[in-house]
Amino acid sequence: MNPAPLTILYFAWLRERAGRSEEQLTPPETVRTIADLITWLSQRSAGHAAAFAHTATIRCAINQEFCDPSAAIKPGDEIAFFPPVTGG
Amino acid sequence: MAKVNVQTQDFDIGAETAALTAGHTNIGGIGCFIGTVRAAPPDQRAITALTLEHYPAMTQRALEKIAAEAERRWSLLGCTVIHRHGRLELGANIVLVIAAAAHRQAALDAASFLIDWLKTKAPFWKQEHFLDGATTWVEAKSTDADAAARWSD
Repeated sequence: MNPAPLTILYFAWLRERAGRSEEQLTPPETVRTIADLITWLSQRSAGHAAAFAHTATIRCAINQEFCDPSAAIKPGDEIAFFPPVTGG
Repeated sequence: MAKVNVQTQDFDIGAETAALTAGHTNIGGIGCFIGTVRAAPPDQRAITALTLEHYPAMTQRALEKIAAEAERRWSLLGCTVIHRHGRLELGANIVLVIAAAAHRQAALDAASFLIDWLKTKAPFWKQEHFLDGATTWVEAKSTDADAAARWSD
C-alpha cells in the first residue's frame, strides 16, 4: 500500500511565490523532517524555489500546530508554510 | 469558556460587552482592546485598505488556546475574542478582545495578554493595498515579539 500523501498548504507571500495554495504530494522516504521537505520542495519548480529562498522568514505548522523545521513528518500530515504572523 | 469568532462581518462592541456580562453580578471591571485599520503616516505610501488572510483550519483553535491561557492565568468571569478576515477598509475594526473580572487589574492585564499573544500566535497575515493598486505583505515587527515575550510561555 502506498503511503498517504502529505497535504501541503501555502499562505500569504509563500502562496503567491509558489503559485498555489495547496498540493498533495508523496515525498520519498528520505524526507523525514520539515527541513528535509523544504529542501525537496525547493527543487520542484522555480516558484517553489522562490517561495523557500529565505528560510529564516518561513514558519510552519504540522496538523494545525506550530512546529520547528526539525519536526518529524509522517504520511497523511497537513503541513503549512507561511511568513511570521501579522494579525491583530 | 471564552467566546471565539473568526468572521468577515463587523462586530458590535456594545452588544458583545452586553452578551459577556448578561447574568453576571460579580463583574467589577471589563478590559477591552479594539484593533483598527489605520492610514499610513504622511511620509509613507498611502494605504487604502488591508486584506487579512488566515489559515481557517487552524485559526479558531489557535485563538481558543490563547483565550484558554488567559482564563488559566487570571480569574476571568468572561472572555471574548473576535477577529475579522477578508478586505478591510481604513478605519474598519479588525480585532476585539474583552476580558471581564471582579477587579480592574485582572481585566486589563488579561486583555493586554490576549492581544499580545494573538499578534504572535494566531495564523493571520496582513496585506496592504496602496492607492495605485499595488499590494505588499506586512512584515512581522520585533516589538510585537517583545510584547508577547513579556508574558512568557
